[in-house]
Amino acid sequence: MSIFVDGNSRVVVQGITGRDGSFHTRQMMAYGTRVVAGVTPGKGGRDFEGPEGREVPIFDTVADAVAETGADSAVVYVPPAFAAGAIMEAADAGVGFIVCVTEGIPVLDMTRAHALARDRGSRVLGPNCPGIICPGKTTLGIIPGRMVTPGPVGLVSRSGTLTYEAVHHLTRDGLGQTTCVGIGGDPLIGTSFVDCLAAFAEDADTEAVVLIGEIGGTAEQEAAAWVSANLDIPVVGFIAGRTAPPGTRMGHAGAIISGSSGTAAEKTQAFEDNGIQVAKRPVEISALVGAALAR
Amino acid sequence: MNLHEYQAKELFRAAGMAVNPGEVARDPGAARALAQSYGGSAVVKAQVHSGGRGKAGGVRLAHSPAEAERHAGAILGMTINGLVVHEVLVSPIESIESEAYVGVLVDREGQCPVFMVSAEGGVDIEEVAATNPAAIHRLRVDPRYGLLAHQAYGLATRLYSDSGLARQGARVISQLYDVLVDNGASMAEINPLISTTEGQVKAIDAKVSIDDNELFRRPTIAALRDPGSESPADLQAREAGLSFVKLDGNVGCCVNGAGLAMATMDLVKYYGGEPANFLDIGGSSNPDKVVAALEIITSDPGVKVILFNIFGGITRCDDVANGIVEAVRRIDMGVPLVIRLTGTNEELAREILAGAGLAAVASMDEVVEQAVRLAG
Repeated sequence: MSIFVDGNSRVVVQGITGRDGSFHTRQMMAYGTRVVAGVTPGKGGRDFEGPEGREVPIFDTVADAVAETGADSAVVYVPPAFAAGAIMEAADAGVGFIVCVTEGIPVLDMTRAHALARDRGSRVLGPNCPGIICPGKTTLGIIPGRMVTPGPVGLVSRSGTLTYEAVHHLTRDGLGQTTCVGIGGDPLIGTSFVDCLAAFAEDADTEAVVLIGEIGGTAEQEAAAWVSANLDIPVVGFIAGRTAPPGTRMGHAGAIISGSSGTAAEKTQAFEDNGIQVAKRPVEISALVGAALAR
Repeated sequence: MNLHEYQAKELFRAAGMAVNPGEVARDPGAARALAQSYGGSAVVKAQVHSGGRGKAGGVRLAHSPAEAERHAGAILGMTINGLVVHEVLVSPIESIESEAYVGVLVDREGQCPVFMVSAEGGVDIEEVAATNPAAIHRLRVDPRYGLLAHQAYGLATRLYSDSGLARQGARVISQLYDVLVDNGASMAEINPLISTTEGQVKAIDAKVSIDDNELFRRPTIAALRDPGSESPADLQAREAGLSFVKLDGNVGCCVNGAGLAMATMDLVKYYGGEPANFLDIGGSSNPDKVVAALEIITSDPGVKVILFNIFGGITRCDDVANGIVEAVRRIDMGVPLVIRLTGTNEELAREILAGAGLAAVASMDEVVEQAVRLAG
């Protein structure tokens, strides 16, 4: 099994004709994702050319795309100025799962987008996230399909390339994955660590979870408390940013230590206090997962 | 992006808020003239992106134009938390009856703007939060309705028992919300919001941070950036679209992705080294970005070795390799270069590097160990 999406998910791509949107749509289709529609205002009625000559109908609005194709999931590759609007459009059209890859969306825009998505009952993944991949089934976003393989490990992370680093070792060591989720590096994100952990807890195939956090905020501390109270499968953690200075934004808009809060030490402590094994180096993650599964 | 107090006050005035008068002086003579125009006495405040200006001696009261000139002379050129003061704000002295705190910022947890107000203003609000949390009142604002009139008034009644003052306070609180939303701020704060002995409520300090993601659509706000508050390396990084933070070590780091960049710095430390910087070249892999990154890192004389850690996903390893080769051709590195490339188009990248006499390893631990050893 996988969480949030599976091979039956019917995907509409917002911004399908853009540079990033067209490239990643072809990648997703080549992996096996059922891309059923694209949306670019003003280009409705045309077709998007996917790999192997497969065509995807383009619509002017998400509502049209949903009505015509039954799309139930969306991926947003729209520039920052319009991305919050794209999320709200998808939620308004009844799309239940919305992945937003776009980085650099104004945070006040996201306060409104998250509020509307909550009201409509839509789950937003991101923004500023690499997306979600269910090995062998489907991928929504930009996580390269080559580095994953099916298996018993669930992975959730705030970072993109650090996810690749961890998955690379897992796959090399024969530890496949049920689902890998990048929740995004922004301060306001739609799907939290806890949301993913709760979904993994419901998934019979997930036998261990990898939790990759970083400095800033308290999401890791909340995840640790949740794990201790609710999860009976092993969890391996990693926190990036032990050497980050306080008060400075480290690339991700959400990666900032405010005062004495949000440090790597505080998060590592929260993990350890709640029975989460902490890898000191990315390469150790896979070894800890392997050992936990062997027990 | 942080604004200076005088810039933030301009935004407050534009929102119609009652703010104490004041003008910027860039030399002591100008401060003297301003004090004169205010009737002789004045407060002289350093304009610098740092808290704790008062404790550092950057805020002084002058009781004559000559004293204002002396104070300005002392403050201009002083260094507060590593930042040199180039401007002072000169304002008349107010007759203060009470000092309150009013702030609004975007709350991660609530995913909405949240107000914090306290009748205990004029002091470090984090200290109040630690010692007397009950003195701080919070209100989350639904971004779709904005701050409603009764909410603003409700907050103001926490600050003032007098209804006239509460009405004025409510107006200021609403205006502060407008400042946040209309300028794309992530934080706006008044500390202190005073009531005067004449019964006037007004802001005598102002702090505003703009969300960097708003700047593309707010050119007049973007133009408020103080170039003097930014190092040449920071400026070059920003213009090249690189995310860069200078640190104190000697291992220069060039990585794709913020999380991997932080993990790389941590690994440098793990193997006994000290990272010289955080640098994320981003998802796209334009060779020009790689060249700019290397220029920035090599401009730091403390750097003894440069470490590349690239995990190609969207980023293509061959693009990064081309950038490295191009940079080696254009800039005199003067320090060794160690490279880790894996992922998309890794083999092609190795060929490109080999053609220029460079080699790459496949593991992150290996490259970091190498770098730390070379940095000595």
